[in-house]
Amino acid sequence: MKLRYLITVLIISALGSIFVGVISLKPTDLFHLTEEQLEVILISRLPRLVSILIAGASMSIAGLIMQQLSKNKFVSPTTAGTLDSARFGVLVSLMLFTSASAIQKIAISFFFALLGTFIFMKILEKIKFKDAVFIPLVGLMFGSIVDSLGTFFAYKNDLIQNMTSWLQGDFSMIMSGNYEILYIAIPTLIIAYLFANRFTIAGMGEDFAKNLGLNYRQVVNIGLMISALVTASVVLTVGVIPFLGLIIPNIVTIYQGDHLKNNLLHTALLGALFVLLCDIIGRVIIYPYEIPINLTVGVIGSAIFIYLLLRRRRYGL
Amino acid sequence: MGYKKKTITLAIVAILLAVLFIFYDLTGNINYILPRRIMKVVAIIITGGAIAFSTTIFMTITNNRILTPSIMGIDQLYVLTQTFIIFLFGSRSLVMMSSTLNYLISIIVMVVFALLFYRLLFRGERNNIYFLLLIGMILGTFFSSFTSFMQVLIDPNEFMIAQDKMFASINNINTDLVYVSIILLTGVVLYFIPYYKYLDVIALGQDHAINLGVPYHYVVKRLLIIVAVLISIATALIGPITFLGLLVVNIAHEFLKTYRHFYLILGSILISVIALLGGEFIVERVFTFQTTLSVIINFVGGIYFIYLLLKENKSW
Repeated sequence: MKLRYLITVLIISALGSIFVGVISLKPTDLFHLTEEQLEVILISRLPRLVSILIAGASMSIAGLIMQQLSKNKFVSPTTAGTLDSARFGVLVSLMLFTSASAIQKIAISFFFALLGTFIFMKILEKIKFKDAVFIPLVGLMFGSIVDSLGTFFAYKNDLIQNMTSWLQGDFSMIMSGNYEILYIAIPTLIIAYLFANRFTIAGMGEDFAKNLGLNYRQVVNIGLMISALVTASVVLTVGVIPFLGLIIPNIVTIYQGDHLKNNLLHTALLGALFVLLCDIIGRVIIYPYEIPINLTVGVIGSAIFIYLLLRRRRYGL
Repeated sequence: MGYKKKTITLAIVAILLAVLFIFYDLTGNINYILPRRIMKVVAIIITGGAIAFSTTIFMTITNNRILTPSIMGIDQLYVLTQTFIIFLFGSRSLVMMSSTLNYLISIIVMVVFALLFYRLLFRGERNNIYFLLLIGMILGTFFSSFTSFMQVLIDPNEFMIAQDKMFASINNINTDLVYVSIILLTGVVLYFIPYYKYLDVIALGQDHAINLGVPYHYVVKRLLIIVAVLISIATALIGPITFLGLLVVNIAHEFLKTYRHFYLILGSILISVIALLGGEFIVERVFTFQTTLSVIINFVGGIYFIYLLLKENKSW
């Protein structure tokens, strides 16, 4: 797939998504917008589009970095406990401060996401026998333990419903004014691009990387912090979007190979496109109602993941 | 203490717990409370028994201690089938169709899936256990997100009608189906008896079993059908509890220290009943419903699962 095709498709569907929604808006209306229509675009449709693009791109990149650092194609925020830990962090912030500001929430959630990922990485180091499918297995299980811990506390504090809304990735609540914290993801993506070559070297193993003069610890920590921060900001604004960091980088690898720096842009664009298409499907299928994004992505994503697993020998994943 | 005595002890504890559960703090309208409690205990015993029974068989077939039907996402499939039937026919027809018929249709689907799974299990390469586990877990996620996906698609009003009838959870035990389940369970046990004698041999592994004259594939196929029906029964009554089977069967192995399936099956059934009854009792009385039993079981089970994985991996 050429980059320019990807960009073209993305732009077309991005424009298309602006005209999908309950309040009717046709492309021809653009030339004589009523005040109401202008507001719909500025307050709801555009923020929604932007948040979809950022969330899709950044979650995919987070997955790509984690895979590069752990040398395992099946590690991602979903399969390393990062998502569940971030969600747990949001819950903790709700328990500690009854009215936490967005910054407090994101800080706590970021802290927990980072902590969870580090614990998982520590477990990884202990495992000598590195079967490619063994590691995501441990990670998924680790995530579900964190999750049941969260449910336990949520039950105690009557926060189950809050908790469920963090579980549900949903773009329908995005409006200008409550999603801007997502912009945090953009500078982290730029850092990811600058560090791409170093991540590649770090992925060759600690000894080798140090031999080449790389500050191994620092690079790994930066990588994990990027993915934790991205995950926390997405969980906080949109909610949990599973499997994204897992499948998108792998699909890119299949048609594009393994060069990290070249793949970053492809991964970001494809991730954004994937989430956008899933969102449009969710908006159209039971119009005028909506299907939350985590369900659409969950169904399609897990199906793709199973396919990748069954075919992994063929694609050399 | 030998494993026979241990089994008897377990049986006594289970009976005591059941009595305690029924008669503890029995005040108020006895005519109302007593039958309800008895129904609940019966449902718990059936479910606990079915889960332990099926998991023991499944672990013997797959020859390991980690893989259980629930971890393979089979109970999620049951919930998906239920939802799909409501989705196709709508809840209005559901009222006419009776939940029993829905139950039976779901069981048929489960049996078909068990046969498909059988093919996956014996696909060419002697399968990597971790691979099967991962596939199973992701299948479970797939089934459950597909279930929620369809639940969103169903008209909310219809769904509310269906929800109470169809989707059991540990706080909302489905007592409508108890009688049908007892009949089914009896049928399954009768069907199982002729195959019982093979289990001890199958536990030696496929090659040995075939060498010793067991019609291996024939028996395994039928055993998987039994597992599918048992899981359907358990899920219909109490809903999915992912790690219960894993926990109780492993505890039974450790506690009884025997490989005789008669005692293993009996022991794990009893432990499972004890865990569910005792756990429910603690949750209701001590935590006073501040949490649910499945949360606790999933927490303990998850940690134990990681422990098992790392132990099998022999890396520590």
